[in-house]
Parts: sequence; C-alpha cells; structure tokens
Amino acid sequence: MRASPNMKPALETLRAAISRLEGHTNRRRSVLPFGVREIDSRLPGGGLALGALHEVAGGGNDALHGAAAGQFVAGIAARTRGKVLWIVTRQDVFGPALKQAGLSGRRVIYVEAASEADVLACFEEGLRHGGLGAVVADVARLSMTASRRLQLAAETSGALGLAIRRWRRQTEAADFGQPTASATRWRVSVLPSVGLPVPGVGRPRWLLELIRARAGECADFEVEACDAKGRLAYRSCLAGGLALPAALANRPDQEAVGARRARA
Amino acid sequence: MGHDAPAPDLPLALVGREGRRRVVLSVDLAARRLGLRPGTPVAKAQALYPDLLFMDADPEGDRQGLEKLALWFQNRISPLVATDPPDGLVLNTTGADHLHGGERTMLINMIHRLSGAGFRAKAALAETWGAAHALARYGQASLTIVPQGDVASVLSDLPIEALRLPPRSIEGLIALGVSRIGPLAAMPRAPLTLRFGPDIARRLDQAFGRVNEAIIPIRPVDPVQVVRNFAEPIAAAETIARSIGKLVPVLCEKLDERGQGVRRLDLLLHRVDSRTEAVRVAMARPVRDIKCLTRLLCEKIETIDPGFGIERMVLIAALAEPMDRRQTASSLIEEEESDVSDLIDTLANRVGTHALYRFAAVESDLPERSFCRVPALAPEEAKDWPDHWPRPTRLLPRPEPVQAMAELPDQPPLFFIWRGVRRKVKCADGPERVFGEWWKDDTELTIARDYFRVEDTSGERFWLYRAGDGEHGDTGSQAWFLHGIFG
Repeated sequence: MRASPNMKPALETLRAAISRLEGHTNRRRSVLPFGVREIDSRLPGGGLALGALHEVAGGGNDALHGAAAGQFVAGIAARTRGKVLWIVTRQDVFGPALKQAGLSGRRVIYVEAASEADVLACFEEGLRHGGLGAVVADVARLSMTASRRLQLAAETSGALGLAIRRWRRQTEAADFGQPTASATRWRVSVLPSVGLPVPGVGRPRWLLELIRARAGECADFEVEACDAKGRLAYRSCLAGGLALPAALANRPDQEAVGARRARA
Repeated sequence: MGHDAPAPDLPLALVGREGRRRVVLSVDLAARRLGLRPGTPVAKAQALYPDLLFMDADPEGDRQGLEKLALWFQNRISPLVATDPPDGLVLNTTGADHLHGGERTMLINMIHRLSGAGFRAKAALAETWGAAHALARYGQASLTIVPQGDVASVLSDLPIEALRLPPRSIEGLIALGVSRIGPLAAMPRAPLTLRFGPDIARRLDQAFGRVNEAIIPIRPVDPVQVVRNFAEPIAAAETIARSIGKLVPVLCEKLDERGQGVRRLDLLLHRVDSRTEAVRVAMARPVRDIKCLTRLLCEKIETIDPGFGIERMVLIAALAEPMDRRQTASSLIEEEESDVSDLIDTLANRVGTHALYRFAAVESDLPERSFCRVPALAPEEAKDWPDHWPRPTRLLPRPEPVQAMAELPDQPPLFFIWRGVRRKVKCADGPERVFGEWWKDDTELTIARDYFRVEDTSGERFWLYRAGDGEHGDTGSQAWFLHGIFG
C-alpha cells in the first residue's frame, strides 16, 4: 500500500508526534553525508546521523581482525571536526594507516581499557562529553541495555558514536544478530580488487551492507575503500548490476575520484 | 653536598658519637666491599683502611632531606606519606595506585626514579606498615608485594630486628635464643611483657595487622585546604557527595584568590576509628572548575570505605599551579576546537594516565618503531608519517611466522599458511625493502626485510615480510612473517 500525496501532512504530524513521544527535542537532527548519492539516498536524513550510535562489523575473517571495519570507521571519523577518541582493549591500530584514510595521528586519542566494562564506560563518557568529533570503540558484546545507554548519551550531546564490533572467535560473531539500540548497523567485507593490467594489487574494494537502519531500509553497496580524505567511491549498484566503463575500473589515483564526484 | 660531594665510587664512612666513643655510623657500598661495617670504632677503621674517607654524620640534615623526599613522593604518588626515620618512607597507596598503572608498576617506577636521583632503594608493599617496613629492610628482593592475607607467613622468617624494637629488647631476645619473628610470635605474651615491657606485643600486633597504626602524613607548607567537621559521623554515599559539593566551591574560591588551578587534589576522610581514607584525583592541566572537580571526586566515592562513619573531611590541593587565562577565539576566525582536557581527566582517573595516549610519528622505516606513545594532551608535533605506500589498518603486536613458498630473490610468495589456513596469493605488490637501524644496534648492521602487500583469492589483503633479502644469509633467516592486515 502506498501513501497518496494528500496523506502527507497527516503523516508528517504523526511523525512529529512520535518523535516528541520518543523524547527527541525539536532540535534538527544533523547528519554526516558520505558524499556518495547512492548511499546517502538510502539513509534517513541523507547521511549518517550525528548524535547517534552506529555499529560496524567486518564480514568473514574481518569479524576477528576488524581491519576493513576499522578503515571504514576511520574514514567516517576523518570527515568530522575535532578530536577523535578511540577506545581499544588490545592495541593493534596502526597510525599511518589511519592517516591514509584522512585521520591524522594528531587527532586520535587512544584509550586502552582493561575490560569490556571499562570500554563501555569510557565510550559513554566520551559520547556524553560532546566536544569530540567522533568516539570509536572496539566492542565485542553489546547488550540492548548498554547500547541504549550509549545511544542516549549520544543523543544528549550530539556526538557521533561508532562501535567497531570485533570478536575473539568466529563463533561469537553470531552476537551481531542480537537487537541493539543503534541507529544503523553496517557490515564491511573485503572484495577482491579489480585486476590491473600490470602485476600488483588494485584499489581495495568493499562490500558495504547496511544491515539495519532506523526508519530506513537495508541496502548493499559495492564501494572502493576510503581515499586519503576518508571518502568512499561507489562502484556499482548491487553486485553485477551496472557495467562500468573500463576507464573507471582502473582509475589510477585520487584526483579521478574527486573529479567523478564533481561530475556526479 | 652539591659540588663538594666525594666521588660515588670512593669508600666513605660517616662518623658519629655513640656514648663517648666515636664510631662509624654508616658506610657506602665501596666501603662495605672493603669489609667495613657500621659500629666499628673510628680509630680501628682508620688503622685498617688508611685511604678511607671519613665525614661527620649529620642526622638533622638527613632528617630534613628525608622530609623533602617525602614531600616529593606526596606530590607524585600518594597523599598519605610519612617519614620512617632514619632511612625510610612509608606510603599508604590505597586509592592512588591506579594512577600509576597498578601496584607493581608503581613500585618499579619509584625505585627507578630514586636510582635516577642517586639513591639505592628497596620497596615493599604489604597490608601493614610493620610488615612493609620489615620486608623493605630485611626482605631478599628489592621489590616485594605481599598478597592480601599472606603477611603472617612472609614475616615469620625475618629476623626480629625487622620489628622496630628497642635495641635492649633485641639483645635480650637473642640472649634467650629467639632470633626470628615466627618463634617470637608463637611465644606466650605475658612473660614477654613482664620482662621486656609492652613494646614487643604492640609491634607484633602492628606488623600482623591486629591493631591499627595510623600514618600521620606530612603536609606541604601552607597548602590550600578546606576542612569540614561533622557533628555526627557520616557514612552514606549521598551525604559524602553533598559534603564534597560544599567543600569544592570553597577550595576553588581560595585558589581563585591565588590565581592557581589544581593539578592534584586529595580528599582525606578521617574515620571515627582513627583510620584515614584517601582519595586522589589528578588533572592533566590546572583546573579550577567547581563542576569538573566535584564530578571527579564524586566518581571516587565508591572506593571509600566509611567504616563506622566519617567525622572529618579535608580537601587539599596537593599540587597547585598558576593558571593562565586563555584568550578564546572570536567569531571572525575559524571556530575553535572544543577543549577535551576535562574528559581526559575523567578518563585518566578511571583507566590511569598510562592508558591514555596519542601516537606520534617517529622517523623509522621499521613499522613497529615508526610510532611512539605521547601523552594525550601533548603539544601537536610537526612530524607526520610519510605517505608513500599503503599501510595495514591493523599491525599485529608481534609479527607471526607463516609458511610460505616464494621464488628467490625478490618474488612475492605464491601461497602462505597462516593460523592453519592456506591462502593462495592472487596478486601482490613489493618488495619494499627495509634495512636494520645500524646506528641503534650493531646486530642490525646487515639486517633487511622485504615487505609485500598480497591479496589472496578471497580478496583479503595482508602485509607479509621476509626476514632477509633472499640472497644473502647474513641479512636474516629468510623466514616469512605476517605483520599486518589491510582493510
């Protein structure tokens, strides 16, 4: 059943009433757009909501390593302003790699928490502060209660919370199916890079699955990994959908990405 | 002694009076190696060791030096510090060790700091002052930590000199054939007290924790402090929080008069049973904000054990520093980044300052040496990492050995086995050759590593290296390692 145009005002008032009931003030919710039309159009508000908690997990083996998920999150954090708090239990983040996603080492403050409980406490503290660009945390278990607390803390301060879901064992990764209060939930899986005409590794590609979005729908995107400014490049609509010109498939450097986006 | 101090490797003896005799009171390490012991008459020592240097002991100067050292410890480590003359300090570190990375790290740091200043020190941590005193002086190791409840078993083997008894009692006990604490503790009390007075029983009880021994902390000269006495002892967390809320504004007012902000804030809670609970919070920058300080203190309430009640609260600015007023950005220039130092303080008091850091670039081609940890609020450095080659998001704490097959000398591997999974390499970039840093270590003179970025058939990308250049045996073992995972 589709809503007819003349029903829109009624829907709008209903939406406003619901958001009042949910405790959101009439403060306009701001978003952080990806700068990629295909992704932004699928997200409510046209981008990643600020003042909310977002979950990112790696797909396959990356659920344990958290490398693609980490790089994806670094790309998002790079496009915010201000310092970034990065909370870990075991430190294996490599600074130069974050810099290559646009997140300079001067901006990232690491917190090495001794336990999962400490991670959540520091995460909440960071979200509540509100003066940070983004708060990132490596989290394994995230219960409904814990995520609700984090989401509320983010809502009150308007901070961007990014939880990298990362587990010690593959069997624990099933935890990602449990419901949480986060606004969106992403899974980042590595894809084989597009072959180059010469020996070497091409630009890294990811399969970006938007598994859950509050007030939105699920979607899959195939993207090229973050560039040096933390931006993604969209490749095709749902695997094998659109055929891309060869010139785009083997783009040599970042300028081409920017140029294409300027055209888009 | 400053510039007049004798060289540290010279045998030196300090001379003082014991009754009417002039005897050697203490000797340094070099003199001890010669065989000289404290208690030797000076004339005899002079005859035995003609090149020995004698100086007059200065007990008053020693005492003042010890007090200075105690003040330094109070600023750095814990609010409850007292001197334990003639040669010791006693600290109550409960509620302060989390700021220094745990008990062991704290003790190691203390010993290092002291040895850096030219002192040889031993440290012991135990439930009671008596036990810690004994272990620090008569224990075998230079660093001892007694687990909760193990005091009795640890003390029983130590000599009775460790008990802080008067010399006459020690002589008497040794004449009786008692030389260890264990047998002494097992003896019936009444005859001992009758013969030697109440000291032995008291010292034993203090060492074993049966009676309380208060540490009366030294105080810096003229600190900024606020005191609050209670007509009725308080115990509830809410009441403590309310009292903190009343103390902090007064303290901030006093600090404001002096133009200072507080770096270390101590809250001492005197209980009715004459024990003292202490809470310390540390700040990265001088702070005078009432809300911020109240919140930091209130977060620590759960660590306070009020016992039968608290009758007196003292809030002391243990370390106050001048606070500069900063100019804030006007709306014309770019919006200023918001200040996060209050958040850093909150987190540091939860996880400890050592666990809060940034990574700064270090000029090194070896990945594990290309970064260092700097304090979270350290000034921003100009250096940054070079941007030549892709770097992995996750760098393994230790390179993990993998089995790989590769053509020599410089081809990437065809396949490798990591954590039991065989991965076929589809494409690879490399080698990126990294040489050892011969200016740091002679053994690195010939070392080389060849780094490859490889992608396996499923699309996962890894950072592998071969220890060696593939041609010369002296450049490394030619074994393969996995060092990082790309996103």
